[in-house]
Amino acid sequence: MTATPLTSNQGAARAGDKIFSGAALAAGCLILAVLFGVALFLVVQAIPALTAPAAEIQGGEGFFAYIWPIVIGTLIAAAIALVIATPISIGVALFISHFAPRRLAAGLGYVVDLLAAIPSVIYGAWGAAFLAKEISPAYNWLAANMAWLPIFQGPASATGKTILTAGIVLSVMVLPIITSLSREIFLQTPKLHEEAALALGATRWEMIKMSVLPFARPGIISAVMLGLGRALGETMAVALVLSSGALTASLIQSGNQTIAAEIALNFPEASGLKVSTLIAAGLVLFVITLAVNMIARWIITRHKEFSGAN
Amino acid sequence: MTSTLTPVRSKRSALTKGQLPKYAPYVVLAAALIVGAAILALVGFNAFGWGIVSALLFAIGLVSWSAVVEGSRKAKDKLATCLVVGSFLVALLPLISVIWTVLVNGVPGLLNPGFLTTSMNGVTGVFDNRAVENGTPVLGGIYHALLGTVQITLLATLISVPVGLLTAIYLVEYGNDGRLARAITFFVDVMTGIPSIVAGLFAAAFFFAVVGPGTKTGAVAAVALSVLMIPVVVRSSEEMLKIVPNELREAAYALGVRKWRTIVKVVIPTAISGIASGVTLAIARVIGETAPILVTAGFATSINSNVFGGWMASLPTFIYTQILNPTSPANPDPSSQRAWGAALVLIILVMILNLGARLIARVFAPKTGR
Repeated sequence: MTATPLTSNQGAARAGDKIFSGAALAAGCLILAVLFGVALFLVVQAIPALTAPAAEIQGGEGFFAYIWPIVIGTLIAAAIALVIATPISIGVALFISHFAPRRLAAGLGYVVDLLAAIPSVIYGAWGAAFLAKEISPAYNWLAANMAWLPIFQGPASATGKTILTAGIVLSVMVLPIITSLSREIFLQTPKLHEEAALALGATRWEMIKMSVLPFARPGIISAVMLGLGRALGETMAVALVLSSGALTASLIQSGNQTIAAEIALNFPEASGLKVSTLIAAGLVLFVITLAVNMIARWIITRHKEFSGAN
Repeated sequence: MTSTLTPVRSKRSALTKGQLPKYAPYVVLAAALIVGAAILALVGFNAFGWGIVSALLFAIGLVSWSAVVEGSRKAKDKLATCLVVGSFLVALLPLISVIWTVLVNGVPGLLNPGFLTTSMNGVTGVFDNRAVENGTPVLGGIYHALLGTVQITLLATLISVPVGLLTAIYLVEYGNDGRLARAITFFVDVMTGIPSIVAGLFAAAFFFAVVGPGTKTGAVAAVALSVLMIPVVVRSSEEMLKIVPNELREAAYALGVRKWRTIVKVVIPTAISGIASGVTLAIARVIGETAPILVTAGFATSINSNVFGGWMASLPTFIYTQILNPTSPANPDPSSQRAWGAALVLIILVMILNLGARLIARVFAPKTGR
């Protein structure tokens, strides 16, 4: 008898709980579905390009002959970006975490985040209008004095719009990513390890070499790989800065092209099979970045399980 | 007794023996600046080269002095310090250079009458040529692009915030770290790494398949931006929900409050400041995205206030097209002036959003009793 008033309202309340948890679950599943959908729709729209006769693809030699030079170009640009950005960002991260005065550190971190907040198209415009012009004398010097290296073979581009310039702009864009991730890792170094090293008479650099860097190595690797993912997929910096062309070994001549820039430059005017070709190129880019990101995330999660120190 | 047995050759005690004096860096810096200026004067002076040469001289001078007086270990420490500080200064260079370039080039465009209130409708190369020849003000503005950016970003926010927030609630409140929750966390992380142009291609491919080939509207661009925005919203909201103290939830449960009402009335209000600032940062991130809008919304030169129909302009694509395809190929200057003006507006928008996010986080932070 007494149970009736208690349960009279129960149905509606339970329904509210059901609906809410159902909505939350649906939102979570939607994300998985979207990621799956990204892959699915790219594949579906790319199939015409993959199955079309070789002569109909741009260049006339099939999809593979079309895609591999721009895959190589993408890798070259990303490699330049990482070679420049990795040491600098580790230095900046160390500066913020271990060298700067405590009171300044938070503000300096914000300055680096500001670097990440600037839209990519503005970096592209800056690279094309300012950096390319300023840096072309350096290319002339490289062409005159370092031409025995195939990557610096002259004649240097007069406008400075080369893959090396694009790589430098990319390095500016990946720098804040690598910096903020490795800064987080550096700050997680167990304080006891650092203090033990200092107590044994280590200088600051020896302390960093002995306790901070070994602890942070997996974190740095995954931060660099996440930066690589960004550099591979970055579009505007390359599309605006690089005057593209055929694949060349020289970094200071105009030439080379990346997948993302190829899509951005051609997609707006494309139609028919060309659309499929570009979507297939996007699929290739998606697979490459997905692999890079998954490896990076896997390193992070594996590291998380083992670092019982913090 | 004028001569003492222990002659005071220096005032420094044994404790500080074998160390560089405190003023050493300043002495080396002054010497480096002077020598650097002298070297640069020989080859032609410029401030940038002076800075680089002086920094190199400073590092070399300080490290070798330290190597002579203090030994190799201290010298290595000094070298590392120089490199670390140097890398920070190098990282500042592009930031300063970008902001300076945008300010110098953008202010004339922004101050141009009608820049914010007119569109590019009917502005052709003829007008640009005339503006260059006669020195009259450059016609055309960014009103249509500003409107497009606001509409696309607003729609993307309307899509991503509910989905992202509900996913975060699932992960924190219902997931129990189960297999599905871990899969979602992993793939949200992977999603943050999707190249923006691939997100654009996905939205384009989706609408090409569902609606019809060549569908390019503001809504397609909003879907593309949502793909980029959802993971950011999920990550930040999840972090914020996680730090809500469990005692609050338990107190609500103990009073017999249903779980969903606990979440809506207790958990979310406690975390709202962090969630709001995370959403603002996510908006700041996608508002500058160019590539996805380029492949999904096309270009427009006139005002389009319908997100679901017709091509739509946006600030980033406006900058991109004005630089790459100037309105008048013979005289690209008016176009680049408009592009830099738009870039300045975009940077100001992004900075306002970033500062706003910090302000929201601070002002609406839950008041702690203790």
